[in-house]
Amino acid sequence: MARIRLDGIAHSYDTRSSTPALKRLDHVWQHGRAYALLGPSGCGKTTLLNIISGLIMPSEGRVLFDEKDVTEQPTERRNIAQVFQFPVIYDTMSVGENLAFPLKNRGIERSAIKARVAEVADLLGLTKDLSRRARNLTAEAKQRVSLGRGLVRSDVAAILLDEPLTVIDPSLKWQLRSKLKAVHRALDLLMIYVTHDQVEALTFADEVVVMKDGSVLQAATPARLFEQPEHTFVGYFIGSPGMNLVAAEVEGHVAHVAGQPIELGARYPKLAAASTVLGFRPDYTFLTPDGGGVPVRIRRLEDLGRRRLARVALGPHEIFATVPHDVRIDGEQAHLAIRQDRLFVYAHDELVTGDRR
Amino acid sequence: MMEKPLNNRAWLMVAPVFVLVLFSALLPMMTVVNYSVQDSLGQNQFFWNGDAWFRELLDPSKEIGARFADALLRNLSFSLVALLIEVPLGIAVALTLPRGGRAVGPVLVIIALPMLIPWNVVGTIWQIFSRADIGLFGAALTGLGLHYNVTQDAISAWSTIVVIDVWHWTPLVILLIYAGLRAIPDAYYQAARIDAASRWATFINIELPKLQKVLVLVILLRFMYTFMIYTEPFVVTGGGPGSATTFLSIDLVKIALGQVDLGPAAAMSLVYNLITLTLCWIFFTVMVQLDRRRYA
Amino acid sequence: MSICLESVSMVSMGESIINDVSLTVERGSMNVLLGPTQAGKTTLMRLMAGLDKPTSGRILVDGKDATGVPVRERSVAMVYQQFMNYPSLSVYENIASPLRVAKLKSDEIDRRVLKVARLLGLESMLDRLPHQLSGGQQQRTAIARAIVKDADLVLLDEPLANLDYKLREELREELPSILQQAGAILVYATAEPLEALLLGGITATLSEGRVIQCGPTPQVYHRPNHIDSARVFSDPPLNEVTATKQGDLVRLGVDITVPAVGVVAKVADGIYTLGFRGDMVRLEAPWPASVSLPGRIALAEISGSESFVHVETALGTFVCVERGVSMRQPDQSVTLHIDAARIFLFDRAGLPVAVAPDS
Repeated sequence: MARIRLDGIAHSYDTRSSTPALKRLDHVWQHGRAYALLGPSGCGKTTLLNIISGLIMPSEGRVLFDEKDVTEQPTERRNIAQVFQFPVIYDTMSVGENLAFPLKNRGIERSAIKARVAEVADLLGLTKDLSRRARNLTAEAKQRVSLGRGLVRSDVAAILLDEPLTVIDPSLKWQLRSKLKAVHRALDLLMIYVTHDQVEALTFADEVVVMKDGSVLQAATPARLFEQPEHTFVGYFIGSPGMNLVAAEVEGHVAHVAGQPIELGARYPKLAAASTVLGFRPDYTFLTPDGGGVPVRIRRLEDLGRRRLARVALGPHEIFATVPHDVRIDGEQAHLAIRQDRLFVYAHDELVTGDRR
Repeated sequence: MMEKPLNNRAWLMVAPVFVLVLFSALLPMMTVVNYSVQDSLGQNQFFWNGDAWFRELLDPSKEIGARFADALLRNLSFSLVALLIEVPLGIAVALTLPRGGRAVGPVLVIIALPMLIPWNVVGTIWQIFSRADIGLFGAALTGLGLHYNVTQDAISAWSTIVVIDVWHWTPLVILLIYAGLRAIPDAYYQAARIDAASRWATFINIELPKLQKVLVLVILLRFMYTFMIYTEPFVVTGGGPGSATTFLSIDLVKIALGQVDLGPAAAMSLVYNLITLTLCWIFFTVMVQLDRRRYA
Repeated sequence: MSICLESVSMVSMGESIINDVSLTVERGSMNVLLGPTQAGKTTLMRLMAGLDKPTSGRILVDGKDATGVPVRERSVAMVYQQFMNYPSLSVYENIASPLRVAKLKSDEIDRRVLKVARLLGLESMLDRLPHQLSGGQQQRTAIARAIVKDADLVLLDEPLANLDYKLREELREELPSILQQAGAILVYATAEPLEALLLGGITATLSEGRVIQCGPTPQVYHRPNHIDSARVFSDPPLNEVTATKQGDLVRLGVDITVPAVGVVAKVADGIYTLGFRGDMVRLEAPWPASVSLPGRIALAEISGSESFVHVETALGTFVCVERGVSMRQPDQSVTLHIDAARIFLFDRAGLPVAVAPDS
């Protein structure tokens, strides 16, 4: 049972380099919640995970487990379990022996080990494989064994997972995702999951921490990240396709994009044109059937089977829009409507809250 | 799997190699086979002897058969002793080498130095080294009160040959095992730390299993080398004292060139070759099986 | 220009990898080979390129038999999944390498390399080495090298599979227009139905070494000519139920009986397989013609714009696509509504059943 707090953590691998791997951050990881660290390669998520696990000592700041300073303590003393990108199992041992290993090394007595191994194997669906050699299992089963080795220790404070689905066959990924979620609900453990895949992060986590270039951009529930991104990168990174981001002139409750006026859902002060961007998701941007809205030129239509997307041009800007089922497309001209409450204004890439009165 | 389009020009480029192999290996080999099935009445007159030499060779009651059996036994025991020392020693040293950083380069070079010395130079070095009067090694041992005399005492001769081989070739074991260890991803060591595994448990459960293929390769290489040993014992002990360190290769030369008994010598060399090839094939098959199991 | 595979089969090490494939690819549109891993996509592309010879059948280039012609004598460029660049050459030299082999003049090489580099957004990185580039940029370099050759045939073997999903999206958006400029026959292999839909053109669905269906992409998607084609061309996987129709009732699976509605009502009695994609089911409300099943949520996979909700029912686990971020939690009880008007109906042989149109 632990609450992990990061106090003023920052890290640089190379002290001579000007770009730190991790910029200064403070964060609290609540006991029993599932978190995901999401971001592109090089954003610092693995570094952050390794600082929490103790494999790296941060250049600055403190790591506190239940308010106890563990920054100087090595991994084995921190009571965490880690699952890596590829399954790490002991080849020479059976599944049961693999699961028993951490307990054996800590001197727990035999009958207690047996009971605990049976419990964890049952939770992970490994009971019928207990006597099989671990190396003969599929990659997905091996990852479950890796996870199991972390779960057998009843004093484990947190489970850290570093892109654990990397080597799993794509058609089987959802099974392991399902298992991970089931484990989380059954054991009520703090779990921190590192990934660059939005589906994994949004499926697994109660709270997703989006990172880029060593900073945390936003930490929120999946729904909130999708509906109200606080940073243009979050809007772009989450959602397929990502948020439309176009330069705009904003004043009052109107924005001008390529000369066209667009009604906003709130009032804003006058914002510097060079750094102001209007953000709206293709999911809330529609081509209108009856010609109402902003005039645009259609560049390309994409039939994705269950929905249709249109790539349209508003002046020099390219925008993605949803084509509703009942809308017919004739020629190159069309009109665009954007849901007002999903229209956001960003200044210097950060969300500006307007006055909604 | 992939059928490359046929390009016959390539054969021309390979032709010189064929010619070389023909003259340096195949033709001499055929000569040996020839001698092994013939006998001579002297004055270069040969007549067909069939498999007589072979049968005599493999019959321990015959003089030549006994000699062959003894020499073979000496080879096998030597290989065994050398392996038993070199492999664990090599592993132990490889485990202590630094895994990264600036020291790695120089350390590896220093370790590799003994391998770079030519065989007969090694022999000559140790010949002097082991002398009780002027050799550091010999003098040190006699100084300690040990009865050490390479030319007269069989045990001294044997141990010296073993020490020479260990000194000369353990670096190969060290380097190969080291490479094998470096190929183990860090995550395994991290997992072991998280599982609170002791150093020994980490060795037994992670390092040793992952070194399987390298170990088989190492044992294969060392076995072959020790089984075919010639230069070092020849230079240091000459096969003596008596026939204590007369290995198969040395015996062969004695019979062929010393006694000019070409028939038995030829037969012996063929059987020797066959044993070596068979053992090689067994090792290779084990390696392939290990590979196949890994991907099962 | 066209490449035609005529009854081509390929057997390797006792296994039949390609089984009697007849396929024509032409210039002008993207030709997509869609199929799971091991379906034979790579082998087919290698046969088209001349890297392998088929065990039987012919390969015709522009009507002429080119079956034995080695790849060096053909005009082919290939882009692989693992971005393959010469590690010791700069981006510029990498792109220029095929032109240098063809012994073109320096200024011509320079002109072509710069043109292609600009097309792929690499102008500012021409003097960098591959390992200094991101995965996406390395793959762009490989693509640039492929199209600078002006080859008649450009093959792309799952080129985006090793990229992060956002890079994959970006490159996928740009690829059609970039490749169109190359003016060659384009063949693109992928395992993702979404990529086939985005690239458009002509799609051939492959399974176990056979081409099941080939035609304009939307047509293959919306009108599969065999259940295997529907299976290959569905993400999330196709939901399937065995249905036995008797009069006005349909028995689903073993023991669930429902009234026959939608397309099922319009066919003769018999045993069928109902196939339906994730967007043909929903949880909120029934459809006008609906088959409803009780179920339990197993997992909701959220990608932001969509969520794949896995629902366990008495007939197995089905996947339903919901818009946006799904709030469904595991173990919730729900009712699954299948749109009986839109589902696919296949007979015992896997062939689609003709349904009489509404009068």
